[in-house]
Amino acid sequence: MNGGDNREVVLELKDLEVSFRVKGGGTFKAVKGVNFSIYKGETFGLVGESGSGKTSIGRAIVRINAASSGSILYKGRPINGKISKELDLEVVRKIQMIFQDPMASLNERAKVDYIVSEGLYNIGVKRTEEERKELVAKALLEVGLLPEFASRFPHEFSGGQRQRIGIARALIMEPELVVADEPISALDVSIRAQVLNLLSSIQKAKGLTYLFIAHDLSVVRFITDRIAVINKGEIVELAETEELFRNPLHPYTRALISAIPQPDPIAERGKIVTVYNPKCHDYSVEGPSWVDVGGGHFVLANTKEVEAYRARVLANG
Amino acid sequence: MAKGDAILEAKDIVIKFNLRGRTLTAIRGASLELNEGETLAIVGESGSGKSVLTKSFIGMLDQNGWVDSGSVTFEGRNLASVKAEKDWLTIRGKKISMVFQDPMTALNPLLSIGTQIREVFELHHGLSGKTADHAVVEMLERVGIDNPEERRKQYPHEFSGGMRQRVVIAIAVACKPRILICDEPTTALDVTIQAQILDLIKSLQRDLAFTTVYITHDLGVVANVADRVAVMYAGQIVETGLAEEVFYDSRHPYTWALLSSLPQLGVKGQPLYSISGTPPNLFNTVKGDAFAPRNPKALKVDFVAQPPMFQVSPTHKAATWLLDERAPAMDPPPAILAMRAKLSGANSGNAKLGGAR
Repeated sequence: MNGGDNREVVLELKDLEVSFRVKGGGTFKAVKGVNFSIYKGETFGLVGESGSGKTSIGRAIVRINAASSGSILYKGRPINGKISKELDLEVVRKIQMIFQDPMASLNERAKVDYIVSEGLYNIGVKRTEEERKELVAKALLEVGLLPEFASRFPHEFSGGQRQRIGIARALIMEPELVVADEPISALDVSIRAQVLNLLSSIQKAKGLTYLFIAHDLSVVRFITDRIAVINKGEIVELAETEELFRNPLHPYTRALISAIPQPDPIAERGKIVTVYNPKCHDYSVEGPSWVDVGGGHFVLANTKEVEAYRARVLANG
Repeated sequence: MAKGDAILEAKDIVIKFNLRGRTLTAIRGASLELNEGETLAIVGESGSGKSVLTKSFIGMLDQNGWVDSGSVTFEGRNLASVKAEKDWLTIRGKKISMVFQDPMTALNPLLSIGTQIREVFELHHGLSGKTADHAVVEMLERVGIDNPEERRKQYPHEFSGGMRQRVVIAIAVACKPRILICDEPTTALDVTIQAQILDLIKSLQRDLAFTTVYITHDLGVVANVADRVAVMYAGQIVETGLAEEVFYDSRHPYTWALLSSLPQLGVKGQPLYSISGTPPNLFNTVKGDAFAPRNPKALKVDFVAQPPMFQVSPTHKAATWLLDERAPAMDPPPAILAMRAKLSGANSGNAKLGGAR
């Protein structure tokens, strides 16, 4: 997957900023000047710790939060701020979200039938009751649930099944881009694999594009094509997944990778966890900028650091 | 007592709960040995009974639950027959303490953290006044909280998640327990903070010489901390052994399935191994091997008779009929074979970052 210039860009973020008002006046910038593009058919991972702003980016894309500046382009057209009604309806359909906690994200008082098809009511396409039911049944089958489940309530399902309902609700809209915010971290270990497999198989069958937001680098490594690492609202590094693990350049990325516990006692015992200290950057003379060190491997660094990083990539092969 | 001797021994524990008139058997005959100075990790999915089992060691089962049979021997006493709260107070918090998953709910939001740590020193050590204050400051310093003199006057909401967990740990180890039970201590924390908390617990264990029990579903954490591992499924311990034995040479199909479903051990672009179905309903009697209905390669006998514990090595046991001499030879799944190969050293060089890829 090199030389991404001729691939179709589904989503592009340009200098995106998201701010929140803080109690007692002033604003908090959760996302600062974020730039990246997501290509059609890929799984793009956004990784960071809690409070890093990764969820704010996801929510800005599905327009739950407004972007305070910068732009979000869906297939070249800006979708943040004021947009036409037609574009709004299109984006509502084409960009869908899967939430983290399947216990909190389903309406407890609605039946699965309504939960899954609620989106259909909102996009102004007239459907007969029969057509709608057919679509619900199809969506449930696609996520491995039985169409009969439509008449049940969320509390009758296990966590894994509930997450499948959340996925069906996104799929019924026939989206192109799915923003999945920590879709498996609230699930039990044995269920995680099922949901990951389901997400992959749906992606293959429908040619979906995923923005996969997570904190767990080992899961992200398994499922994504490219990864962006975010720290305190800034993307510090972006590269193809295996390249990022082979040549992690930014000290924050290195610290994050070193901290992932591996299911391998021998490796774990010999492991040295590096701690990221923001003071390790000397930005007194020259501040950092967003630089491609080669082959689409971007890092936030100044000229001096970039030189060191390039040398490291060369030495590593 | 020397390092390595049994400090606590649970034998054939059965724990039941009364739920709306029905009886649920949460622990179905679990036996477990805990050795002085070691770190034992209990792994299993939610509902497997790992928390319930350890809660019975400190008399913290919910009101509707009870130890139905079996014994827990600790310092010559049978903890399974301790009933009175007054007796539990001489054990819980003093000899055996616990660190809970969520540091926000474990702390009292209305009391300063200094007061909460001080309580331990007052109740269990009889300290008061300046000496108690001094002990609090010392303890906070020991768990890595900067500026303890000031921070002890602050309230839980003024601390970050990682710092709060440090406070909870301070409370748990303040009276120098012999056993520290950590129930998912880092699940609510970020990975970088998780690494720090695990290191803190390790260094406290070295200094204060206690025995640690981890309850977790994160096999990465287990690999990092455990000397020994016990795998639980549906209220039973299905496999136990040294960490190396359980990770690199596991024998129970459930352990295989658990390890194989980890993305770290998966091959990119191929589906992950996934466990189908759900754990058995523990309101009903479970027949045979509880995992058999979810095991596509289960033997006929698995549905009929419950397998006993088979000894694999002096330290390694598993409850599966596959270890019976009459059982057909069965190869473990590919991810498990890859782990085996790793032990033989073939892979140890690049095992640092990647897993089995």
